[in-house]
Amino acid sequence: MPDLYLVLASTLFVIGLTGFLIRRNALIVFMSTELMLNAANLVFVSMSHVHGVLDGQVAAFFVMVVAAAEVVIGLSLIVTIFRARRSTSVDNEILLKG
Amino acid sequence: MTTLETIAPVAATGSFAYAWLLIALPLASAVILQAGGRLTDRWGHLLAVLTPVASFGLGLVYFLGLMGRPEAERAVDASVYTWIAAGGWHFEVGLLLDPLSILFVLLITGVGSLIHVYSLGYMAHDPNRRRFFAYLNLFVAAMLILVLADDYLVLFVGWEGVGLASYLLISFWQERPRAAAAGKKAFIVHRIGDLGLLMGIFTMLAMFGSSSFAAVDEGAAGLAPGWACFLGFMLLLGACGKSAQVPLQTWLLDAMEGPTPVSALIHAATMVTAGVYLVVRSGAVYDQAPAAQLAVAIVGTVTLLAGAWIGCAKDDIKKVLAGSTMSQIGYMMLAAGIGPAGYAFAIFHLLTHGFFKADMFLGAGSVMHGTGDDVNMRHYGALAKVMPITFVTFAAGYLAIIGVPFFSGAYSKDHIIEAAFEHNAVLGSLALLGAGVTAFYMTRLMCLTFFGQKRWREGIRPHESPAAMWVPLVVLAVGAVIGGMALNAWISRWLVPIGAEAPEHATWLPDFSNPLSWAVLAVVAVGVVIGWLLFGRRPAPDEAPAAVSPLVLAGRNDLFFDAAYDAALVRPGLALATGVAYFDDHGVDRAVESLGGAALATGRRLRRLQNGHVRSYGLAMLIGVVAVGVVLALLQLV
Repeated sequence: MPDLYLVLASTLFVIGLTGFLIRRNALIVFMSTELMLNAANLVFVSMSHVHGVLDGQVAAFFVMVVAAAEVVIGLSLIVTIFRARRSTSVDNEILLKG
Repeated sequence: MTTLETIAPVAATGSFAYAWLLIALPLASAVILQAGGRLTDRWGHLLAVLTPVASFGLGLVYFLGLMGRPEAERAVDASVYTWIAAGGWHFEVGLLLDPLSILFVLLITGVGSLIHVYSLGYMAHDPNRRRFFAYLNLFVAAMLILVLADDYLVLFVGWEGVGLASYLLISFWQERPRAAAAGKKAFIVHRIGDLGLLMGIFTMLAMFGSSSFAAVDEGAAGLAPGWACFLGFMLLLGACGKSAQVPLQTWLLDAMEGPTPVSALIHAATMVTAGVYLVVRSGAVYDQAPAAQLAVAIVGTVTLLAGAWIGCAKDDIKKVLAGSTMSQIGYMMLAAGIGPAGYAFAIFHLLTHGFFKADMFLGAGSVMHGTGDDVNMRHYGALAKVMPITFVTFAAGYLAIIGVPFFSGAYSKDHIIEAAFEHNAVLGSLALLGAGVTAFYMTRLMCLTFFGQKRWREGIRPHESPAAMWVPLVVLAVGAVIGGMALNAWISRWLVPIGAEAPEHATWLPDFSNPLSWAVLAVVAVGVVIGWLLFGRRPAPDEAPAAVSPLVLAGRNDLFFDAAYDAALVRPGLALATGVAYFDDHGVDRAVESLGGAALATGRRLRRLQNGHVRSYGLAMLIGVVAVGVVLALLQLV
């Protein structure tokens, strides 16, 4: 039974990772990151259930808080960049080069 | 060999406790002038003239104070403060006022004051007048430290101070490359002499545990002959550097690039006599080292002939006088090398020379002032009429230096030649020959400058100098005339407390009963006549003749000392420096640069990773995480 949770989590993680690596649109990349975080959350929660302790659930809450904060900053950055450049492609080298 | 009888100094009381003011006054004015900057431009030079005069007044008070004491108490040690007290070492800064040092104080501040006054006229239009006077005051202060110190280590402070002042003043017109080079040359040659003095001080510290005059005087008698000899030679090396004696004389002729008052004060009357002072002051050491003493006498004799030789061949009036200075200091060194019998005569000649040489240097400055700073005697001629005061005062110096009876030089030089004959017939004969050569080159100088026909350059109208310049000349000329008569009977007696031997008979009259005096007079007369026959009777060409005898050629080239040092020391030194520089450029630099180049190349490669593609960063992160995971997993397995 826990194996299935892990398989699901791995699948979600790999989907997220693949999306992160191959998509150009910043919004999709962003969503892929969220997907990977949630895959990790799923592992935390299921393991918490399996072991019967709450540590994993606490960790999952922390991840959610971090993810929420990330969304706030990340989305506002993307919006700003989109306004300035009319594009959200992450392949634009200048974005990360000084 | 008799042991020197020097008296032990007594502690300073009353006004003597303020002896430090002698030094502090000129030093303070030097500091004010330098620190005050342009604020002091308007009145700084006047302050600078006042302080040596004040020091002279104070020196006079102390001189009279010493005169008033009984002979056994004529040395006063005024302790100023403790300089170094560390473990077993203890150095006091103390000032020793005794018959020897007080004479120097009067010479330095007296002639110094006159030259300061003269400089008011000479440097009136120089844009850096304030700086010039600050340096002059610095010199006076340093020279006073040198002669007043009661410890060789304190003396060394003054010794270096005058060296610094000399360097600053030789290259005062620093925009002239020759002056800048001459200053450097003097400084570097001085270093060699300073090494000698330092080694001497180290020897004293090792042998006596102290370098104070008292400790050295006391300990010298028990010194092993080898060490005494070493000490004597090291002090002689120091004296050679400072007093421009062979083989360290080469800087003095170049030092004439400095302003003429500087040449008169530092490079004729005072600083260059410091070596003679050092030898006389170290009499106790030389008493134990006959070989070193003989070396002093030989160095003096060689220099007196070498200087006179150079003086015969030069056309530059200041260089003739510089050669003559070397030569006269050679006489003093010869006298100092004779031992106690000669000390008083060395100092006597030093004083009379201080007057007549300063007089002639300032006279030369006055001539240059009137002829548009021309130093070539072949461009002068017939100046006696247009510059009467300069001529008369210069003539007084001339008669004094060649040793005409009743003029000051006659007394002191006759004494030295006489003492040299009693000591060693060879040295005596050479000193006698030197007197003749002196008469020859000074006559040549007089004939070329003041007599004969006009060889003035176009547009030059020689004229008499302002009063600020001729008043000091007159005072110095009076000193040059009467100095010998005034001091002859007195000075030997006065210097007995510092170890000099007093001669039996000496009066204000020249000693005509001595056949040697007549011999000196005859030699001088021959020199004058030859000089007149060659340069006075017939017209002198206004260009230096090209075809000359090897003797003259050697004289013109400073006896080839510069060329020899160039070949023996300067060129190998340069070659060594070039080699080291090459190694630095091609060895050290290349190693360092290739190291830097490697770091740069590595950086350039690593930079490719930083391409700005978010997705490649993501991939790198993935690879990294996987790698870390694999490593952790493998570690678990192990």
